[in-house]
Order: sequence, then C-alpha cells, then structure tokens
Amino acid sequence: MISLNINNKNYQVEVEGDVPLLWVIREHVRLTGTKFGCGIGECGACTVHLDGEAMPSCQVTAKEAEGKKITTIEGLGGSHPVQLAWIEDEVPQCGYCQSGQIMRATALLADNPHPSDADIDYVMSGNSCRCGTYQRIRRAIHHAAEKSGQGGKS
Amino acid sequence: MSWIINVSRREFCKTGALLGGGLVLGFHLPESLAAGAAEAGGPFSPNAFIRIGTDDTVTIIINKSEMGQGVYTSLPMLVAEELEADWGKIRIEPAPVDPAYNHTQWGGIQGTGGSTSVRSSWEQLSRAGAVARVMLEKAAAALWNEDAASCRAENGFVLHRDGKRRLSFGSLADKAAQMEAPQEVVLKQPKDDKVLGTPKKRLDVPDKTNGKAMYGMDIMVPGMLTAVVARPPVFGGTVKGFDDTWARKIPGVKAVVQIDRGVAVVADHFPAALRGRQALKIVWDLGALAGLDSGALLQQYRQMAEKPGAVAAQRGDFAAALAGAAQKIEAAYHFPYLAHAPMEPLNCVADVRPDRCEIWVGTQLQTTDRNKAAAITGLPPEKVALHTTFLGCGFGRRAVADSHFVSEAVQISKAMQAPVKVIWTREDDIRGGYYRPAAYSALVAGLGPDGMPVALRQRIVCQSIVKGTPFEGALLKNGIDETSVEGAADSPYEIAGFLVEYHLAPAGVPVLWWRSVGHSHTAFAKECFIDELAQAAKQDPYAYRRKLLASHPRQLAVLDLAAQKAGWGQPSVAGAFQGIAVHESFGSHVAQVAEVSADKKGGIRVHKVVCAVDCGRLVNPDTIEAQMESAIVFGLSAALHGQITFKKGRVQQSNFDNYEILRLSEMPQVKVYIVKSDEPPGGVGEPGVPPIAPAVANAFFAASGIRLRTLPMTAAAIREASA
Repeated sequence: MISLNINNKNYQVEVEGDVPLLWVIREHVRLTGTKFGCGIGECGACTVHLDGEAMPSCQVTAKEAEGKKITTIEGLGGSHPVQLAWIEDEVPQCGYCQSGQIMRATALLADNPHPSDADIDYVMSGNSCRCGTYQRIRRAIHHAAEKSGQGGKS
Repeated sequence: MSWIINVSRREFCKTGALLGGGLVLGFHLPESLAAGAAEAGGPFSPNAFIRIGTDDTVTIIINKSEMGQGVYTSLPMLVAEELEADWGKIRIEPAPVDPAYNHTQWGGIQGTGGSTSVRSSWEQLSRAGAVARVMLEKAAAALWNEDAASCRAENGFVLHRDGKRRLSFGSLADKAAQMEAPQEVVLKQPKDDKVLGTPKKRLDVPDKTNGKAMYGMDIMVPGMLTAVVARPPVFGGTVKGFDDTWARKIPGVKAVVQIDRGVAVVADHFPAALRGRQALKIVWDLGALAGLDSGALLQQYRQMAEKPGAVAAQRGDFAAALAGAAQKIEAAYHFPYLAHAPMEPLNCVADVRPDRCEIWVGTQLQTTDRNKAAAITGLPPEKVALHTTFLGCGFGRRAVADSHFVSEAVQISKAMQAPVKVIWTREDDIRGGYYRPAAYSALVAGLGPDGMPVALRQRIVCQSIVKGTPFEGALLKNGIDETSVEGAADSPYEIAGFLVEYHLAPAGVPVLWWRSVGHSHTAFAKECFIDELAQAAKQDPYAYRRKLLASHPRQLAVLDLAAQKAGWGQPSVAGAFQGIAVHESFGSHVAQVAEVSADKKGGIRVHKVVCAVDCGRLVNPDTIEAQMESAIVFGLSAALHGQITFKKGRVQQSNFDNYEILRLSEMPQVKVYIVKSDEPPGGVGEPGVPPIAPAVANAFFAASGIRLRTLPMTAAAIREASA
C-alpha cells in the first residue's frame, strides 16, 4: 500500500513501490490528463510537479513520490495564467503533450517569473511536441509572465 | 481506503460528455442517442450533421477525426456560415460509423486523411447548414402566418422583416422538424461570408489545457484489462513457440494469448503487462527479411535506378532533348524510412461480447476498422459500435488498411471475454513499421545555351504503399503507385523533354502514408535538383524558378510572396544563408525561404522560415497558420534527424533518444503569409511539409557549397558529403 498526496487529496493505492508514478496516477487514481509518451523521460508528456518541481512521472517510482506533494494538470484548476495564455494563444493542436508542457511552464515561471527566450528554450526543451507548437509555447509563456506580473506574483 | 471510482458504462459515457464542460464532447452511443431523442421532446435533426436542441444548442456531428488539424472547428464553421448559427451555441459530437458519414470522395468508407477534410466536406456541410436554415425560416413563417420570404435567420434567431418579431432556433426546433426540407438551396457567395475566413478560436483548445480531453489512451471501461503485444523482431516473422511460465507469475498478469501478430500479455494494469512481456520467452521464425540491411537496400535501389522504369509521366522527347543539350547535370537523392511517431502511442480499447462489440479508438479509418472487428467477431457490422476519441497526432499512422491496431485489441478481448486496452510502448511504435517508404531518386537534365533546362528525367525507386491493400485499385495503375510519383510526375516546371520513371521496390517492410506521402521525397528531389541546375547555369535560384513557372500564376504568387517577405538575397539573421523551395500538393501551393547556418557541432541550425501559402478559399486563418508552423516542424524533424535503419533485419532505432524529433531549442522563427484567394479550397494539413527540407538543403548549399543529397542532414551526413 502506497500513500500519495495528489492535488491536495490523500490516496491509498494498492500498488508495488517500484511502479512508475505515471501509471499510478493514470490507472489507479484515474487522473488521465498526465500522458504516457515515451516511458524513458525523453518527451515530457508525463510531467507533473513533485513539491513544486517539474518531473517526468515515468521516471519516478510510486515509493519515491510518497510524502511529496504531487500536482497534476487537473490540480492547476483551469484558470492558471499559463492555462489562460495557452487558450489565448491557441497553443494546442492534437493536445496530447500539452499537459506536460503546461506543467513544465508553470514550474518555470514559479522559478523565474520573467524568463528570456534562452531560458524558455533551455527549460522547455525537455518537452517534445510532435505537432510543432513550439513557437506558440514560447509566446504563451511570455504572455503568462506578463499577466502574472500585472496581477502580482502568482 | 482507496478513491478509485468504479464508473459504470452509462456513467462513463455521461462523464465523457460532462468532462467537456462548455464544449460537450460526448461519446456517441446508439442507446444514449435513442434515449436523448425520446426524452428531449423535439430536437430538430434535419440531417446527419446537425441537431438543434430546444435549449438553442446546435450540435454538429463531425465525421472527421480531430488529430490536431482543427476539424472540430473548421467543419462547424462551414455549417455555421450557412445555418446563420450563434457560434457560442455550437457543440460537437464525434460521428458514429454510418454510411451517412462516409467520405464524399473515398467511395464507401468513413475516414480522415489526404488533407481532404475541408475540401471534401465543404459542399456537404454548407448544404446541410443551408437546408436547416431554410426549414427554420419556414417554421417561423408558419408560426407567424407569414410568407417565408419575409423571414431570415441571423445569429441563432429567425427574424421577421418587420423588425419586431424574432424566434430563437431552439424555440423553432419542434416546428422546424415538421417542415419539408427544400430540394434546392442557394449557397452564399464568398463576399457574403461572415464566419469563413475570419479567425475563430478552436473549440477543442480549453479541454486540451486542463487534462479533460479524452484520447483513446484515456478510455477506461469497467472490468477493463490492459495488454501489450510481443511482435516479431523482424518484419514478416512469426511465432514458432513460446514459454509463458515466468510471464504468468508476474503479479497482475491475467493471461498470455497468442494472436495473429504475436503474443499478448494481458494484465490488470499496464506496468504488469509490460513486465509480463519482458518475462516471455518466444522463439521466432524470422522469415525472409532476417538479413535486411539499409546499406544493401540502398545499393539495390541504386542499381534499379540504372535501368528504365515504368513511365509515370512524359512530355516531349527526353532523349532527343538531352542529346541536343549544351550541358548535362546528374544527381541522385536518397531518403530513409521514417516513423510517424505520433505523440500518443497507438492504442485501442475493445469490448467483445457474444452479441455486440464496442471499440474506442483514435482512428483515421472508421469503416475499415469497424468491418475488421465484425469479421473477427463474426458479428454483423451494425452490432459493432466504434467510438472515435481525440487522436494524439495521426500523420497517417492511424489510417491503416489492415486495421492492425484495432484487430489486436478485438482478438484479445474476444479471447479474454472482457474489455481490453492494448497499449503500444514507444519502442513498439518506432519499431512497429508502417513507415514512410525509403526512396531513391536519380535525376539527369540537359541545359540549353541559355542555362535553362531542355530535358529532365527522374527515376524513382520506392515501395508501393497501396499494393495488396483495398486502395490498390484506385492508386496503383499500370505498375505506377501514384503515391510514389506524386509531386514529380506533375512537376509544373516547363521543360521540353520531360520523363518520370518508376521502379516498384520489393515489398516487405510495411509502409504507409506519412504526412505529405510521396511529396515528402519528390519535392526534395525536384526542388534541390532545380537549385543545382540554377547553380550550373550560374543563375539566382529564385529567378531561375520564376522563369520556369511563368505560366503557373499560383506557384509564382507564393514564390514571390515568400521571397519578398523573407527579403530574398538579404538574410535577416547575421551569418545565415537563404534557400528557397516551392511545391504544390493536396490542392495547395506553398513556398518557403529558410535561413540557416552551420552549428557548432557540424550540423545545421535553422534560424528562420518564411512561408507563403495559397490554399484557395479560407476557413480558419489561424488554423492555416498553425498547420504551416506544424508542417515546418514535422518536416524539420525528418530533414535534420529522422531515419529508420535496418541491420540484420532489426530496426536500429527504438525511442525518442535515437529517433529524435525537433525540440523547442531548435525551433526557428516561423512567419506565415496567406494568399487571399477565391480558388477552390485546398488542403492545409500536409502541404507545408514538402518545401521545408529542400529549402534548408538549398540554404545549406548557399552557406557551405555542399550539396546534401541524402536525408537526414545530420552532422555525419554533412561530413560524408564534404569528404
């Protein structure tokens, strides 16, 4: 039995400790917004926050996630400045990688409220988008940074 | 205490609908549809595509798969324009499998591909909207006891000429359902468009930012098991025998099932199924391709190209024209196999029961898949319900004539007598075949005294995508697979002696349409070779193309627009060099100018791409822009990184660490310019792909003096070309 705190809710899941967190989130807790893309930490589709840090959940075991505060796309609430910027700039196409992109971008902005293009390139290159929405991702991150700045720190 | 919620089938379906929030993306179930029709007391369903509720909602039933290309917005726009609907009241529902939803140009099947969605649906959906509008106007006229000519629809209401009376579509639904459908409707002229041609926010975007959008991978039905399949390590291989003793001992593994494509391990969850597969011991008969080697294959293609092939296109007398030429130029181009690598790995949920079967899948070929499930289960097709989910990319990979990824799930569910989700790992995907075929193109041209080409011959060696499939009859004629020579055989360049020949390469590796299909290689050969001819003629490559396209105004217009916006001859990035390419595909014309330089590791850095597109009459300009950006990234991934190679029959790539796709740090600045046009609508999803690789190769030549004729253009390929 593993105890996980996901989006401020406690879950007891009957799962072996070495199972990747990704599959616990998807198959046991049934939060399917976090996606499986590669299983080796290359594409970032499964990115979640562990104590505020963006991590590919396919590379974290359930055991390692115990005691940490896990946030998934469902936990952002829908009106986070990054989500609003994603909508305003029409970022998603197929949309499959976008949960991971948004989780990575929110962690980036929490660390660095006004990232340069180079900062964005560096941090966001861990998240692949096969539809090629990269130009809009850059734009939306800048817009989210501007909005957050106007409304005070988020 | 666990939070796991057991969602019943009906609740699940409701949840599917509720998850959509403002935009309802319900899964369309026959029984729920019937129930809805009975209880709502008069939704107005004038045809298969429109349902107007008494609450004013206008539900558009979409028969195309949404894989990122924006059909869940562009197709409703076509309806809304003629219906005069209130855009805020539009809802979307994926269509079930039914002849009413067949592709208008594909003869009897429902499907999405070939950049045809808007083109093939334009008239059908415009008419559907217009018919509904006329019936709503008639209904209002009847209620008011007025002449229908005095009533007109606008923004979700029917208004009377007197300016005093108006009724919403919802309040007219009951009455409209009793009106006779008009035999004839007059569609709007482009100048009267209100919706088409203006940017509309994509209806599917909000749910794609909050985790609510449901892909095939996300479907869960009660009692569902998860399976992974061990498939042969070499294409054409078969199972000789297997030992599943250890696999069955993995906690969570429920069964090991042999199916036609391999051995499936079925478990209660994915990680257990995967571990079970790792514990399987299978003896394979590797079959005829056990020695397949990419180097040897290239040699074979090269030798084939030395001999004349089947004639795919001929204008004038090539041989005579070449004999009289002042200068002769030759070049050959080589293209690797490419995986589609959709972001969402392939998957399918099947629930086979004695009397019916349900399938949830992100597919591009609904009817084919449904029929395959019927054949496997022995059920009549109408007892198989296929629900189309969102697709996490398609690129053609989910349009397979043999329905293999659906077939696997149906076979396993049938054997297990339980619902089963088959999940492909990324390794299964990269090594799973159905690739863009490898190709070899040998070109020879003769230039006249003015440096302009008088003769050009291209020999293409390529596997057929359609041979042995139901598409063979339509696309393989006189030994020519149209999808191998498209973009070459119909080259617009005016050359007196023109000849395109085709060699059908031996079959074996499963091959498939891959975003832009044959154009993905023919455009590279055509546009790089024309650049080489311009170089031989000591002429500017843009000006050279202009001369050869003098009687092709749409090609010229995009070429000029791209050159002008890019500032041809004056790169905007310091130290970068420009290259240009122009190509027509899927009814649209695209020109691109790339600015590149050599990067520190000896590879290519693409700084900027200017893209001009003429896709005829516009639907959603923002989607067109997004699709051009997308196509450029897709094309760059292939041009700079993409290759599937074989050694001893095995695919050497496995995942995104060795089958790389473009990353954000490599993303050039992309500028898209759309030509205003009243020409018939062209495709949008694919036409942006073909020009990017040649534009980059031509720019790299300008930068380095090195011609890159083998894809991908990696640092290693550059070293080899410069040696």
